Parts: sequence; structure tokens; C-alpha cells
Amino acid sequence: MAIPVYIQGAWFLGAALFIFGLKGMSSPASARKGIIIAGYGMLVAIAATFLIPGLQNLGLMALALAIGGSAAWISGQKVKMTDMPQMVAIYNGMGGGAAAAIAAIEFAKGDAHSLATTVLAVIGALIGAVSFTGSCVAWAKLQGVLKKAHRLPAQNAVNVVLALIAIGLGGAMVFMAPAQPELVLAFFAVSLILGIIVTLPIGGADMPVVISLFNAFTGLAVGFEGYVLGNPALIIAGIVVGAAGTLLTQLMAKAMNRPISNILFTPMVASGPGEAISGSMKELSALDAAAMMRYASKVIIVPGYGMAVAHAQHKVWEMTSILEEAGVEVKFAIHPVAGRMPGHMNVLLAEAGVPYDKIFDLEEINGEFGQADVALIIGANDVVNPSARTDKTSPIYGMPILDADKAQNVIVIKRGKGTGYSGVENALFYTDNCRMLYGDAQPMAGEIIQHLKAMG
Amino acid sequence: MDGLLALYIFMLAAFTGYEIIAKVPVILHTPLMSGSNFIHGVVVVGAMLMLGTADTPVQQAIGFFAVALGAANAAGGYVVTERMLAMFKKKEG
Repeated sequence: MAIPVYIQGAWFLGAALFIFGLKGMSSPASARKGIIIAGYGMLVAIAATFLIPGLQNLGLMALALAIGGSAAWISGQKVKMTDMPQMVAIYNGMGGGAAAAIAAIEFAKGDAHSLATTVLAVIGALIGAVSFTGSCVAWAKLQGVLKKAHRLPAQNAVNVVLALIAIGLGGAMVFMAPAQPELVLAFFAVSLILGIIVTLPIGGADMPVVISLFNAFTGLAVGFEGYVLGNPALIIAGIVVGAAGTLLTQLMAKAMNRPISNILFTPMVASGPGEAISGSMKELSALDAAAMMRYASKVIIVPGYGMAVAHAQHKVWEMTSILEEAGVEVKFAIHPVAGRMPGHMNVLLAEAGVPYDKIFDLEEINGEFGQADVALIIGANDVVNPSARTDKTSPIYGMPILDADKAQNVIVIKRGKGTGYSGVENALFYTDNCRMLYGDAQPMAGEIIQHLKAMG
Repeated sequence: MDGLLALYIFMLAAFTGYEIIAKVPVILHTPLMSGSNFIHGVVVVGAMLMLGTADTPVQQAIGFFAVALGAANAAGGYVVTERMLAMFKKKEG
């Protein structure tokens, strides 16, 4: 189909606005403007597509846009910030599904294609389909619909065999083009199953990396299908996202100290307890904790996902405000993998009203723990375990951590005496300058606030 | 499309994506992920092109499915990203 030049121009404008928008998102001050600019780009691209002369099924098209668009718009307005990762996962999966469906129609039409077009259509279809079902499984896991990690016997072998079958069927489609409908169906069936099987055994805490990876996958799939359709706007948007997603995935995996292959193919095991830890855990009361922070000059708060689960972030921010009014300097230290998505904790804190200039990431703040009077750890565990620095036998050895143990005093709000996600004992809890405050984060923060108010 | 030209576009787009993200502070990683998720929602344009040229009921059905999924990707990605970014405020704000 010949696309008129004004439509091409509108697509070009759309692609340019996407890149401007993404660029704007690189700073918190301009980020909101960035997404709005990108939003205009999308509107321009969609509106222009409608105006292509000779396009059929316009009524169906409008109906599909209305159904898909409004359903997602409403669910997006309603979703809670703690549930954001699974929401992003499901939207992402839909994009992957759309890319795979585009390829399916392309194969169904069986138009004469060049070799390169067919190859890219097949690759795009494969990763789009994997991203589609994989993201659905990721959603189900994070949403709590699927509770357990299901691991098949010989999981890795099954993964490899399924992947090889999908690639083999795809290869057959390339060489036997135009492919038989049965072959195309088999290819899609295997690809969709592959996405499910690969994602099922992955544990909840590894999900951020997986979501990020599928995001990159969908981007690539969209880029490849863009080539098949001869649409540079799709190529640019898809590949930019593919590259960005790949980088983000690498950053995440690095912060967790686990190579991506490791997350995909091996379950995290608590391999041995590491070195024996001497000393004992020492408790303190909410009153003592309040006094310690009230008369400190600098407090660094380390929030973990436990804080978000307990919905304590509003209370914590209230406590922070009281401390600040009393002249205490308070900062938040965020580990890159805090939360269920990279940067998820920042969103949760922002929702509670914490300004972003009080939130610091690992590299920015680690040097400051030495000058802090109190490090308050709320619902975080492995990310402050000094064994990661010192104990070579520990499974988390080498993971970058927040150096909370270097603060004068450490207060840990924790529900019980259990270990973190990795199953490793936390040496920090046994050090001399560490005190434990056992209880749920929200009532605990509430108690501290009461005591702080009483102190005036 | 000219294969070699497309290869150049692939390369430049990949560098662009990499460079833009490399500079983004960690605190924005979640909105960024959902923002880039929104951007690949442009797949809806491709889906519309396919539905617009579909000529059998099967193709129409798959095309309808593709447009609905693509639209959901774009709309949902936009809404959640905008909601998150609206919350990021400096102290004065």
C-alpha cells in the first residue's frame, strides 16, 4: 500500500516526539512533561493512520481502539502504586501480543516477502509471543493469582528443547514460505507455551528483572514487525525501547548480583548459612528509638519492600517531618532492588509525599552513613547485610549493599527474627551498635510518632 | 524497505535508546520502564495497518485482537506513567 507523504510525515513527527519525551524523562523535574510529549506523539501517529486512504474495517478498528484503550485507561487509573509492577507487566505483554498478532496476519496473507522480511517477522513473532504469555504469568505471580514457583523436573532441558522447537518451526516457515497454516499455528502454539514455561519457575523477587527483560523483548518485537511493515516509526520506537530495556535489565541484574542467565535458569538457593555469626540480637523500645532519633543530628532511613507491604510509608514520612522540624537532618537511602521493580520504592515514597531531593541511591549515600547518628532500617534485610562485603562463603557475597552498619547506631524495625529473601542470616542484626524493634512497620512508626510528639 | 537503510535505523535507534537511559537517575527507573512500555504501544499503528488490509474473517479477527491489545498497551502505559510522574515533587512543590 502506498502511504501518502503527509501520513509518513505524521509518523515521523510521532517518532521524534517519542524520543523527545524519553529524553525529558531523564530528570525528575521534566519527566512529567516528557510523558505528555510522548503522549501527543502517540495521538498524532494513531490519528494519521486512520486517515490513510483505502483502509478497510475502520469501524472494527475504532471499536477495538475504544475497547482496548478504555479498559486499560480505567484499570490504569485505579491501580494501587504497590501493584504497579504487575500492571506494567500486563500492558507490556499486550504490546508483545499485538506484535505477534501482526506477524500472524502477515503469515496468513502469505504475500511474497524477501528473506530478510520473513526472518525478522518470525523472530519478532517468537519474542512477541514469549513476552505476551510470559508477562501474563508474571502478572499472575505478582498479583498473587499464582502463588508458587512451579518448577518442572529438568526445567532447563525443557526450556531449551521448547526454544529449539520454536526456532526450528520458525526456520521451516522461512524456508517453506509461504508457510502452511498448520505450520504457522504450531509455531505460535510452541512460542506461547515457551513464554509460560520459562516464566513459571521464576521467584517473585526476581520478577523486576523479568518484567524489564520482557519490556525489552516487546520493544524488539515491535521494531522487527515495524521493518516487516516498512514503518520506520515502529522500528525507531521499538528498537529504542529494546535497547533501553536491555540496559535497564542489566543494571537491575547487576544490583542483585546475579547474571541474567542465572535468574532465568537457576532458582535462588540458600547455599549454606555462610560464616557463623557471634553475638546476639538486642531489642529496644519505641520510646528509646524515638529519643535516639530526636536527639540525633543526622538520620538515614533505609526502607525496604516490607515497609510498602505494611503500608507504612505515610507514617514514615510523618515521622520524618516531625524529626525535620526538630532540626534533625533526614535522608532516605534506596537500594536499587528495593521494591518489586527498579525504582519502585521511589514511586511508593513519592506517593506518600516524600520529595525526591530527600531520596538518594546507593552510590550517592553510601559515604554518608559514617556521619549518620542513626540508620533506621524498615522492612529491609539482605540489602544491608554486611556479609555481602566481608563473607566470601555467603550466597550474597559481592552484592552491592547500603553500608548502614557504618552508622553510629542502627535501628531495625522488623516483624520477626526471620531471614531475608535470600535465606541468609543478617550479620548486621548481631553487631553491637544495632538494636531491634520488633513489630509491624506501620503501628511501630505510629508509636514512634506518639513519643516524638510527647517530646515536643 | 531498503534493508541496508533499515539496518542503519536499527543501529542509530539502539544507540539512542542506550544513551538516553544511561543518564536516567535510579529514582526514575520505574516510571521510565512504564514510559518505554508506553512507547512500544505504537505497535497499535502496525496493528491498525494490518486490520485495515485484512480481507478474510480470520485476519479480521486477529487484527481486531491486535488493535485492542496495542491500544491497551498504549493507553495503560500512558496513564500509569503519568500518574507516577505527577507524584514526583521537590520539597517546595
